[in-house]
Amino acid sequence: MDATLVFAVVAMAVAGLAVAVGSIGTAIGQGRSVVSALDAIARQPDASDRISRTLFVGLAMIESLAIYCLVIALILLFANPFAHLFER
Amino acid sequence: MGHEALFPEVLFRAGPVGITNTVLYSLIASAVLIAFALVVRLGLGRGLSAWQVVAESLIEHLEGVMHDMSQRDPRPYTPLVVTLALFIGVCNLIGLVPGLRAPTADFSTDAALAVVVFLAVPFYGIRAQGLRGYLRHYLEPSPLLLPLEVITEFSRTLALAVRLFGNIVSEELVIAVLLSLAGLLVPVPIMMLAVLTGVVQAYIFSVLTVVYLSAAVRAKPE
Repeated sequence: MDATLVFAVVAMAVAGLAVAVGSIGTAIGQGRSVVSALDAIARQPDASDRISRTLFVGLAMIESLAIYCLVIALILLFANPFAHLFER
Repeated sequence: MGHEALFPEVLFRAGPVGITNTVLYSLIASAVLIAFALVVRLGLGRGLSAWQVVAESLIEHLEGVMHDMSQRDPRPYTPLVVTLALFIGVCNLIGLVPGLRAPTADFSTDAALAVVVFLAVPFYGIRAQGLRGYLRHYLEPSPLLLPLEVITEFSRTLALAVRLFGNIVSEELVIAVLLSLAGLLVPVPIMMLAVLTGVVQAYIFSVLTVVYLSAAVRAKPE
């Protein structure tokens, strides 16, 4: 196995791992926030407008964590700053 | 395939500067918005046109959201926030036209938009409470937190740009992968989802702008 192949395999594996591990916490967090928002709407249907608005902003904040992992994975795969060290 | 998703294509070079297709497509987005504004403007005073109803309901809805978020009169921020929302929304939706690419799928566009917000926050803050008043909020509740406040300013700007970029790029990548795997018409359900994501991301960007702006002018409610 030459260095380029090892580099490509490691980059792919780490990119997959980054997205996989990064989504776990985000999924739990988003699930919990949706659950409590639904709870609140069930208790106070009048406030559903405000609650869902705040929910959207909160979900976007939580989701950006998963998006960071995705961007890191994309950089590893397509724009890796160290790729030139392994070119043949 | 991925390389094209992350980096824009250079159409031609003007001296040392490469003009990318991002520039072209964001100009198209601006042209669409300016044409819409002109149609609404020229229709004023000639009875109620459908265009005017669309524009007014859009702006009224966004002003309502801004009022709910900041608890103060939203009119000083309406030009900035509604422009951001409309531009980002149109840019996101342009990516769904076959052959075109969303300008927001290029990190330069998102970074530029985030820098606009980054500069607008001190602008509105200083205008509302004066230079001393604005700078004092960095020292509240304790001067020990000054480094954290400064880091927050930069990290939330980065987060604003990366959030928009990641969302739009990921959905373009999903569509491209499905298209290459399964062929024509299969990505259509995902593209419907992409319409929702694009609009929601424009909404999120502008709502977060309102949150940051209202935090900067908070010392003087109503």
